[in-house]
Amino acid sequence: MLQTLAPLQGLLPFEGAITPPKLDYTALAPLIVVFVAACLGVVVEGVLRRRIRDEAQLIVAGLGLIGALVFTVQGWTTGKQGIHAMGSVAIDGPSYFVWGLLLVVGLLVVLMMSERTLNGGAMGFAPMAAAVPGSPIERRAIELKVEHTEIYPLTMFAIFGMMLFASSNDLITMFVALEVFSLPLYLLSGLARRRRLLSQEAALKYFLLGSLSSAFFLYGTALLYGFAGGFELRTIDAAVGAKGPSSLLLLAGLGLVAVGLLFKVGVVPFHSWTPDVYTGAPTPITGFMAIATKAAAVVALLRILYVGLGAMRWEWAPLLAALSVLTMLVGSVIALTQSDMKRLLAYSSIAHAGFLLVPMAAAVTVQTATSGALTSSVGSILFYLSAYGFATLGAFALITMVRKAGGESTSLASWAGVGRRHPVFGACMVLFLLSFAGIPLTGGFMGKLMIFLAGWSGGYAWLVLVAVLMSLVAAFFYLKVVVVMFFREPGEAAEGVTVEKASWLTWVAVVVGVIGTLLLGLWSGPLADLAARMSVFLR
Amino acid sequence: MNLPVLSLLGLLPLVGALVTFVLRGHLAKLVGFAFSLATLVLGVVVYIVSRGTDLSEDVVWMRTIGAHWALSSGGLAMVMVLLTVIVVPIVLLAEWKVGDSTDSGRSSTGLFFALALMLESFALLCFMASDVLLFYIFFEATLIPMYFLIGGWGGPRRGPAAMKFLLYSLAGGLVMLFGVIGAGAQGASAGKASFLISDLAAAGIDTGTMGRLMFLAFFIAFAIKAPMVPVHTWLPDTAEQATAGSSTLLVGILDKIGTFGMIRLCLEIFPDSSKWATPVVLVLALVSIIYGALMAITARDLLRLISYTSISHFGFMVLGIFAFTSTSIQGSIFYMLNHGFSTAAMFLVIGFLVKRRGSALVADFGGVQKVAPVLAGTFLVAGLSALSLPGTSSFLGEFMVLAGSWSRHPVYAAIACIGMVLSALYVLLAYQRTMTGPVTDQVATHVTTDLNLREKAVMAPLIALLLVFGFFPKPIISGLDQAVKDTMSAVKMTDPAPAVEGGK
Repeated sequence: MLQTLAPLQGLLPFEGAITPPKLDYTALAPLIVVFVAACLGVVVEGVLRRRIRDEAQLIVAGLGLIGALVFTVQGWTTGKQGIHAMGSVAIDGPSYFVWGLLLVVGLLVVLMMSERTLNGGAMGFAPMAAAVPGSPIERRAIELKVEHTEIYPLTMFAIFGMMLFASSNDLITMFVALEVFSLPLYLLSGLARRRRLLSQEAALKYFLLGSLSSAFFLYGTALLYGFAGGFELRTIDAAVGAKGPSSLLLLAGLGLVAVGLLFKVGVVPFHSWTPDVYTGAPTPITGFMAIATKAAAVVALLRILYVGLGAMRWEWAPLLAALSVLTMLVGSVIALTQSDMKRLLAYSSIAHAGFLLVPMAAAVTVQTATSGALTSSVGSILFYLSAYGFATLGAFALITMVRKAGGESTSLASWAGVGRRHPVFGACMVLFLLSFAGIPLTGGFMGKLMIFLAGWSGGYAWLVLVAVLMSLVAAFFYLKVVVVMFFREPGEAAEGVTVEKASWLTWVAVVVGVIGTLLLGLWSGPLADLAARMSVFLR
Repeated sequence: MNLPVLSLLGLLPLVGALVTFVLRGHLAKLVGFAFSLATLVLGVVVYIVSRGTDLSEDVVWMRTIGAHWALSSGGLAMVMVLLTVIVVPIVLLAEWKVGDSTDSGRSSTGLFFALALMLESFALLCFMASDVLLFYIFFEATLIPMYFLIGGWGGPRRGPAAMKFLLYSLAGGLVMLFGVIGAGAQGASAGKASFLISDLAAAGIDTGTMGRLMFLAFFIAFAIKAPMVPVHTWLPDTAEQATAGSSTLLVGILDKIGTFGMIRLCLEIFPDSSKWATPVVLVLALVSIIYGALMAITARDLLRLISYTSISHFGFMVLGIFAFTSTSIQGSIFYMLNHGFSTAAMFLVIGFLVKRRGSALVADFGGVQKVAPVLAGTFLVAGLSALSLPGTSSFLGEFMVLAGSWSRHPVYAAIACIGMVLSALYVLLAYQRTMTGPVTDQVATHVTTDLNLREKAVMAPLIALLLVFGFFPKPIISGLDQAVKDTMSAVKMTDPAPAVEGGK
């Protein structure tokens, strides 16, 4: 762009005021590949005929994700670390780790989205989002087999945004990334094929509350800029060091930025969108949000707190600890009363957010550990996110298979006895639930062990005690599902409920989930080592 | 030692479980039983070899957090291994037809066998583990097969019973997780990132309030497991609903992890806190002894009766452990072994009886001895061993516990003796009410056959073991000398001056 302006040099008023950014394309390759694939998806939408569009979109998205994954692995193994794009993108261990996680999850979710066997040849998304539910236009759209293949580029944009979000090194880039991944998600939440009103309601709620939280984030950014005179985390850190941590501007900025991020993580009291959105959104999208949004937001939060505001630890750590208690309590206790699987998993994801705050508050880093700490906060959180991700992905994939009269049947009562009638389905679900509950031999247990160890090493033994007790409450509602699946006699609600045969597109998510959960539970050394080595933020 | 024989022993039943899961019908039963027999042989061989050679294994499992795949062939662990490998095949034989009843639907015996083998594997690894994290993992893992064993077969209200069992156990397990994490983190900050029991014991983490809190976390978990009053209520409810085989596995093997853990983890890693807690623990042990016995006397259900007797017996074991004399600890361990056999005998013979009659209520029986004399006879022998009649092996264990604790806490030992008297009462009363007297109509119609060949084959080895170890306990007890010496030096206690000649 700037090259094309070269002939005009000397004529423009801003000559010399803007230096063109020198981008290291190889280092930024993972981001670029996903972004290009997303843009290609838009092109495909406009160019190709409808009949072959779905396959083409799947191929573009799949190749884009695999390509980005290859670049990510290559980048990490060749030790390409650094702060790029004029200090706006930090490519470091946590970035690589969460990129890998997002890309793998994204790939599996994209496959799940193209599942057609379960819906009698149609996708699990609304045929025409603009049509009023139940209207003649909608019926006509169904007859014509219209569908929104735009979901693929939307998902790709969301993945791109999340990747950038987790690795952004200044607040403005972070805000842009936040919007880049949020807007597609608002849309995707409203596209469920069945129970469309619920889905649209979810999308609207998500949009309104999400915009509000973005506003908080932006205002906080402005205040921090006012305090530090710059957007870069490094600048903010230096300013805190120079001016001390007691400025009102700084505290208010910290609070507002944190609210914006805690909203995305789903921490109480900023969690109220979670149950409705998780229930209303199409199930593959719910699974995607439950893992990817959470992972990206947690890493972004860690980056701001540890890199930009590390010197303010004594201000934010007690606050995070208090929020952690509140989140675990609300998530676990309210989950006890839920009677819908997706809602239950929504509250479970809130409880997990609470567990994740335990090591975050403890802030044990490899550098700060005075004497031997077993694991750093970031390393344990990265491990926990992967273990949680495998189980969540598998669980939501399984939820799409339980059907009644063509639609998903998510009420807990309708699940009575499905485990006994379909032992493979039941065994997989039990494994994921046990992993959520943190029972040994699953990845979930190892994750809990790591984050609690980090919490204890950081001086939060009391918080670990609370977390352990809350794990018991949480275990109760996971076990409730096991009881319903295996030991409850099917009642009225369970009539006509079957576990439909899904194609490999859905099963691959389940299989990866099972293997990942077991592997992390039995042989977690390699991933734990990897997470430990990838746990240092660049500043 | 090149061959990781302990790992093989621990994993063999797990392989068996997986194979049995896949197979169907009669073949599954045979294969499952064959695996349990193979484990028995390997277990006995390991027990004998371990007397002369150290078979311990230690491989780093997760370097980052210092977790080891470490198994020990210490005396205490090996006795528990012996108990486990003997009881499991007997239980499988006793539950040969568990899946045939109409209630459980399809022929699900193979599944029962697979779960029992899975449980055996986890229990063996738990007993042999010399790494706290490894111990914890298998401690919790046993809950999964046990939950399905209770929930899958047995009485009509087995679902809630299984849930109650699971919630109590999970509560204990999670409380213990607090202790595990604390031990790991404190040990690491003391210099060495390791979960090995020996490293943690050497790290000196048992200091101050934190040490006591961690001790409590472990102790509460083991007290729930063992079970001690006041956290015992899950046991009678569970035993009432589960099949006799499941109850045997539960009380005979799994609950021993509780008392085992007290010796292996509480005493070795937290010696000072253990001594600090002794007064309360001893009182709780006495309460368990007396309360369990009284509840057994008044129990109206035979299965509840046995579970209450077990609560009483676990009280004796805890008393022996926390009396801190080598005789009492040795007696306690020996008692753990024999209680496994005697409670198995009780549960299984009553299981046969209940299967015939279709009820476990004491009031529904009377005069069984006339229609099924062999059954009544085995019931009596099993009962006599439960009341610790001299000549049965339980007597030796109980006597050593009392003799040992007498030298330090004469009053407590005296009170515990009351428990012995009460035990005679509950066993003999139960025998009198169910076996003697005129044959009631109901008994005459339902109890038509005496023990068949398979059932006799189940009871014979148990009774033989009770008698053999009763008259000839030396091989087992002498194997425990070193383990007890280690425990005593871990808690830095010596036997009180007037040496007691309890253990032979």
